Amino acid sequence: MSGAVAHLLPRPALGRRALHWFLGVGALAYLVYLLWLFDFDRIFTGLPKLWVIIRLMLDWGRFTEWDHAELLRSMVETVAMAYLGTLLATLIALPLGFLGARNIVPNAVFRFLTRRIFDGCRGLDQFIWALVFVRAVGLGPIAGILAIMVAETGVLAKLFAEAIDNIDLKQVDGIRSTGASRVAELRYGVLPQILPVLISQALYSIESNSREATILGLVGAGGIGLRLSERIQINAWDQVAYVIVLILITVASIDTLSRWLRLRLIGGPSQRG
Amino acid sequence: MTSADPAWQLFEQRFGALRRARRTESTLIFVIVLLVFVVSAVWTDFSPVKIAEGVPRIGEYFEKLFSIQPSQSAPSEAILAWPHLFGGIRQPQSIAYWFYRFNVYAALLWQTVQMAILASVLGYCAAFVLAFPAARTLTGNRVVVFVSRRLLEFMRTIPQVVLAFILVWPFGIGPLAGVLAIAIHTTGSLGKLFSELSENADLRPVEGVRAAGGSWLAQMRYGVVPQMLPGFLSYGLLRFEINVRSSTIIGFVGAGGIGQELKRVIGFNIYEEVSAICILILLIVVAIDLLSERVRHRLIGGLV
Repeated sequence: MSGAVAHLLPRPALGRRALHWFLGVGALAYLVYLLWLFDFDRIFTGLPKLWVIIRLMLDWGRFTEWDHAELLRSMVETVAMAYLGTLLATLIALPLGFLGARNIVPNAVFRFLTRRIFDGCRGLDQFIWALVFVRAVGLGPIAGILAIMVAETGVLAKLFAEAIDNIDLKQVDGIRSTGASRVAELRYGVLPQILPVLISQALYSIESNSREATILGLVGAGGIGLRLSERIQINAWDQVAYVIVLILITVASIDTLSRWLRLRLIGGPSQRG
Repeated sequence: MTSADPAWQLFEQRFGALRRARRTESTLIFVIVLLVFVVSAVWTDFSPVKIAEGVPRIGEYFEKLFSIQPSQSAPSEAILAWPHLFGGIRQPQSIAYWFYRFNVYAALLWQTVQMAILASVLGYCAAFVLAFPAARTLTGNRVVVFVSRRLLEFMRTIPQVVLAFILVWPFGIGPLAGVLAIAIHTTGSLGKLFSELSENADLRPVEGVRAAGGSWLAQMRYGVVPQMLPGFLSYGLLRFEINVRSSTIIGFVGAGGIGQELKRVIGFNIYEEVSAICILILLIVVAIDLLSERVRHRLIGGLV
């Protein structure tokens, strides 16, 4: 069906078409080179082994012998880490967000520096922060909490600063015209406007961080990841599958809970006019 | 209007009740948040004593990251100093001395970016294919929609690093396992976004193609794809940014890239190399973010 109408369309110039072909062939060649570079033929030798692992994963015959108490405890620990990290990050990010907003801090140099600090916290992955904090404060959930806190502070502070940038200044003027202090201006003029963004972002962060926190344990920063990595290393594939299922269930239930809370706290987009 | 006015009194009464209700609600939420906080803190051993113990060590560690120890007994000194800044590779406190293994890092960083490129392309293609059966408006068969949606969900919920860790066993240590893990995750998350985009597509062009006798494939190709292209491209690039970030850490489980080197130097406590690698990772992530943002704006501007 393309042949029937194609001749009706104007054809692009020959040079352009040649360029497109050239770029297309070049990109394809580069991809083939990448496939070769990363030993893609190993996929075919690996697939039978993967099949063996998957079969082992599905065999839950010894379900009753597994250490359920330990696994569940670690799972709760993971969620607690995510909650603590995010809550602390929110508390730190809120004042930082004010400092990074254009309409609160007029000094451009100061604002630039604050925003670069956010970028620094955000640019390194939580996982790398966890590795550094494990070295600094030792193995255990505290390193994970601090890693989540630092990385999330960068993310939230940036979002809060943007939210504050976009507020309606008329409300602030209104508060100021009653002779209120600067703090009261922020509290009654700015905060009510950014509260919906703040709550929904914090909830969303708890969701995504409980996902992320499951892997922090791989470097010893507490939570279910540690148990998972132990079980992968001793090739206890049935238990690996069980832990993954646990993670999936936990993440799904936190998603549901946070969606419900979000609806409950801020209402639909139309409710707060 | 005086305080004796009945309308005024009614207003005061209602306003007061509303305020009290609001205040109770706020207090209740605050108490719950605090309670969960305390329970979590107890559960994870996040006590003030431990924090107070740990905080100086954090400072110490970060100080070590930015200092060198000339010999075993000598006190450590700052990693950079003005007079030596542009001295050669043998001159301590110069940039060249700090980044003395820059060629190794550069090769690994380039490998990391290439892993992200390949994984993004593979995931993008798979997501593109899976997005059409997962879109409710485009596929009549409910079972197909359900199965492809659960498949996508499964792919994006397993943490990438865990996936890489598992895939290292069958496919061996090296970048291949990392590429596959990132590609699978990309498929899951892009597939969801793509299918949502496809569901929002205007169905009239599809009907037009069907009326002209086009097959399902032709309907998708000429009815849906042209509408979705800007969204597909911009989400794809956004995902590429995220994948660069992930591929820097995927090496911790032996799946290639700069992460493998970072894990090694952290394990051996080679402090100045840790800070050097972290700075390079930060630079490359920010650079790719900026680049892709520019390309994205350009593409969207050109296509819409």
